[in-house]
Formats: sequence, structure tokens, C-alpha cells
Amino acid sequence: MPAAPVLATLGAIYGALAIGTAVAGVARARKGDAAKELWQRCISWWWMITAAAAALLIGPAGVLVFFSFVSYLALQEFLSIIPSRKEDRLIILLAYLIIPANAVLIGMNLYGIFLIFIPVYAFVLFPFLLVMAGQVKRFLNFTGALHWGMVLTVYNIGYVPYLMMLPDGASPAGGIGLVLALLALTELNDVAQFISGKLVGGPKIVPNVSPKKTWAGFIGGVVTTTAVSTFLTPLLTPVDMPLSVLVGFVIAVAGFAGDVTMSAIKRDLGLKDTSALIPGHGGILDRIDSLTFTAPLYFHILIFFCFSGYAGSGL
Amino acid sequence: MSILRWLIFVAVAKPFAYLVLGFNVKNRARLVRQGPAIVVANHNSHLDTLLLYVLFPARLLPKLHPVAAADYFFKTPLLRWVSLNIIGIMPIARGIQARGDLLKPLRAALARGEILFIFPEGSRGEPERMAELKSGVARLAEEMPEIPIVPVFLWGAGRSLPKGSRLFVPYRCAGAVGEAFCWTGDRKSFMAKLKETFEALAGEIPGRVPADD
Repeated sequence: MPAAPVLATLGAIYGALAIGTAVAGVARARKGDAAKELWQRCISWWWMITAAAAALLIGPAGVLVFFSFVSYLALQEFLSIIPSRKEDRLIILLAYLIIPANAVLIGMNLYGIFLIFIPVYAFVLFPFLLVMAGQVKRFLNFTGALHWGMVLTVYNIGYVPYLMMLPDGASPAGGIGLVLALLALTELNDVAQFISGKLVGGPKIVPNVSPKKTWAGFIGGVVTTTAVSTFLTPLLTPVDMPLSVLVGFVIAVAGFAGDVTMSAIKRDLGLKDTSALIPGHGGILDRIDSLTFTAPLYFHILIFFCFSGYAGSGL
Repeated sequence: MSILRWLIFVAVAKPFAYLVLGFNVKNRARLVRQGPAIVVANHNSHLDTLLLYVLFPARLLPKLHPVAAADYFFKTPLLRWVSLNIIGIMPIARGIQARGDLLKPLRAALARGEILFIFPEGSRGEPERMAELKSGVARLAEEMPEIPIVPVFLWGAGRSLPKGSRLFVPYRCAGAVGEAFCWTGDRKSFMAKLKETFEALAGEIPGRVPADD
């Protein structure tokens, strides 16, 4: 049975979602098609939150399998939108194998190797494989994009299941609490940014990249996420009250950064969404863009302040 | 055999398309819910047939038949057996074997209320590029003007498994279903409508990027 704070947080999330869905339902009844996307977005949230909650309740294996699948879909989406060359097909197939390899390192708690496997070993291996494929036209473009995609969708997302491997004793709600705090704060920040941006409007931050991102939205996200973090993070993680302010602030800023970075990629490629996999949200990259930035930062804050000297299972 | 076919459809084809290829379909509600109908799609890969199949529920499986070249799919006895019993193709002669009323078995199938998949490009061609559309489907539509034509644009399979390659690489696959239409009155306007519909549907797929070079 998961700890009481976990159940309370899940209950609060479903409660907030029920209110949001009710509001979207009223908006749809009044405005019709104009609010249809908001409604679809809420329905998709029910599915996504339930899938993630089920994975969490199953335990470390559930979280590992779930996020490996998320990594797979995200990497596939990334590889499908970047310009590639015909000669790259075999290497792209090999790039997918990074996901099970990374999952094995996480599952076996080989912390030291996990940290450097993709940033160092994949970084050295894949350019070499691409050289052997023998096409030099746009070599740098594809090599750079491939590694960038692997770090973003596999390495950075891999930090989420790795949270489940950290020693349980130090956390008030176990690994589940660590993951739940990260996911709840990251997604809360997305939603708070969206809502305060819609309600207030005002000057835009990066109009060339994302015409919808306003200062009001950004600040609304930072304030909401930091405020919620001060009571949620100490309940779910070994982080104390003063440090929870930093955690909330970092997740809010990093979430925003991840979001606009994905927007810049889409702008560069001339796309509005990366796919239509999740109704109302767009592609999987559109959904996990902020998580790709918040997960590694949150993980390393925890390691630095709460699990210092952590070395995994050794080897 | 129909049990084996059903099992492969439910336990292999559907999970493969939706989980491995991330298959996503726009305007799925426009799809016909019963036969007879002709589903017309662009063609870049053997996987296109699989993607068209999984658009439909398992209960319609016995009624679904891709129209395919007999010379290609009957090359070996094994391929012939798989093509007829597992894939469920509706063989059609082409080239020098093509004599007489080729469309007769297709008309008979439609009269039985079946759903045919036709790739009017004829061959898979270059990955993710449309070739000239052949007018066989127009002849069929002219002979049976009451049959609904459902255009489906497919994207991604041509990169996952292109013609001439045995290496499968999972790229994201997506499709867009167009409004069903019937015979337009003459072949020229029918083919023009089909071409325009494909071009419009191609623009409706989110995250679609130009073909590799």
C-alpha cells in the first residue's frame, strides 16, 4: 500500500482534473467547437494520469516499462520529424536499442554507467557508425540531431524511472513520492502557465518562437509551482521546506525552457505539432517537452542535497 | 484459417501498428462501417496494407480484401498461400497476363458487400512520393456508381519499409481519411478529384515532413 501522502496527492490530482473537466464541459456546451480542444485535452489527461498512476502503483518495474515506452514513442516522433538521409536507416534502427540498454542500466541500478552511457558512449559510438554508413552530406546536421534526440527522449526521461531506484529509507513516501512530486509539479507548471497566460495575456516572452508564451503565463507558472512545491515536496520527498522553494522554482523555469525549446524545434522544421498522438495535446513530444528538462535537474538536486554520495549498486 | 487470420489481426497487426508504428488516424469517423466500399490509398510500402486493415474493427475482417498483383504475390507457393489465406488479397492480373474482363472478380466482391483496398499508383514507387494515379479504380467506380469511394492518405510506412529494402525501421506512421464520394460522371473528373483529395489529406497530417533525400 503506498504511503498516505501519495494517495492524498493522487486524490487531489483527480479532484483538480474533475473540476477542470467540468469547466471544459460547460465551456463546450456554451461555445461548441471553440472549446472542443480544451475538452479533448481534459479527456486525454484522464488517460495519461491513470496510465502514469497505474505504473507508479505497480512499482519500479511498472515505472521503468512505462517510461521506456514513452521514450520509444518520443524518440520515434523525434526521428520522424528531423531531416534524415536514406543511408541512416540502419543506424536509426540501432539508435532505438539505446532504450532497452538504458533501461537495463536503470533496472540494475548501475548508476555510474547510467550517467555516462548516452552522454559519453552513445556520443562516441553513433557518429562513428554514421561515418561507416558513408554519407557525408549533412553529416554534422544529422549526427547532432540524433544525439540531441537520444539525450532528450531517452537519457533525460530515464531519470524518471531512476528516481524509483533511490533508497527508500530516506524518503517519507518512497520512490513513488519522488516520481509523483516531479510529475505533479512539472504538469502543474504547464497547466498554470497555460491558464495564467490565457487569463492575463500581456507582453510575449519569445514571440518569434512561441506566440502564446507571455510573461504573465511564465510568472503565473513560477508562483503557482513554487507555492505548491512548498507543501507538496516536503510531504512526498526528503526535501525540507526551504529547499522545496528551490525545487519548485527550478521545475517551473526548466519546464518553461523545455517547452519553448521544443517550440523552437517545431518552428525550425515548419511544424505546429510533432504529431496528433494525444488528442488535444498534439504529439508525445508536445506533452513531455517540459519533463525532458525538469527530470534531470530535479534528480540532481535530490542527489546533491538529500542522497549525497549516492553510487547505485556499484559494479 | 479464419481463426488464425483473426488471431494475427488482433494479436499482431493491431498492436504492431498502434504501439510499434505509433499509427495515428485523422478523421477516423469518416470511415465506412460496412461494405460494400472501395478504400483508395496512396502506396509506398507493404505496410500500407497493414495500416488500412487496422483502421477497421475485427468483425469486418472477413470482408476486407486488398486488390494486389497476382504475378507479384503468387511468385512462390508459400507467398501465394500467405497472400490468399492470411493477408486475404484479391488477386488481379497485370501486364501480359491481363486479358478479358479483369474487374469481374472485383465487381462480384463488391456485390457481396465486401470492402476492397485499391492502390491506384499501382506500385509502391519512391518512398513518400506520389506517382501517377492509374484509372482502373475509375473504371470500377463507373461500372458500379453507387459504391462509396473512401480516400485514405498514408504517411510513414514508406520510410519504415520502403520498396527495395528488407530492413524495417520504425518510423511514425499516420493516416488521414477523406470524405467518401461516389462516381463523378466521367473518368477525368473522378481521377482529378481523387488526386486533389490525396493532396488535401496529406496537408492534414500533423508533424508530416518532406521525404528523405
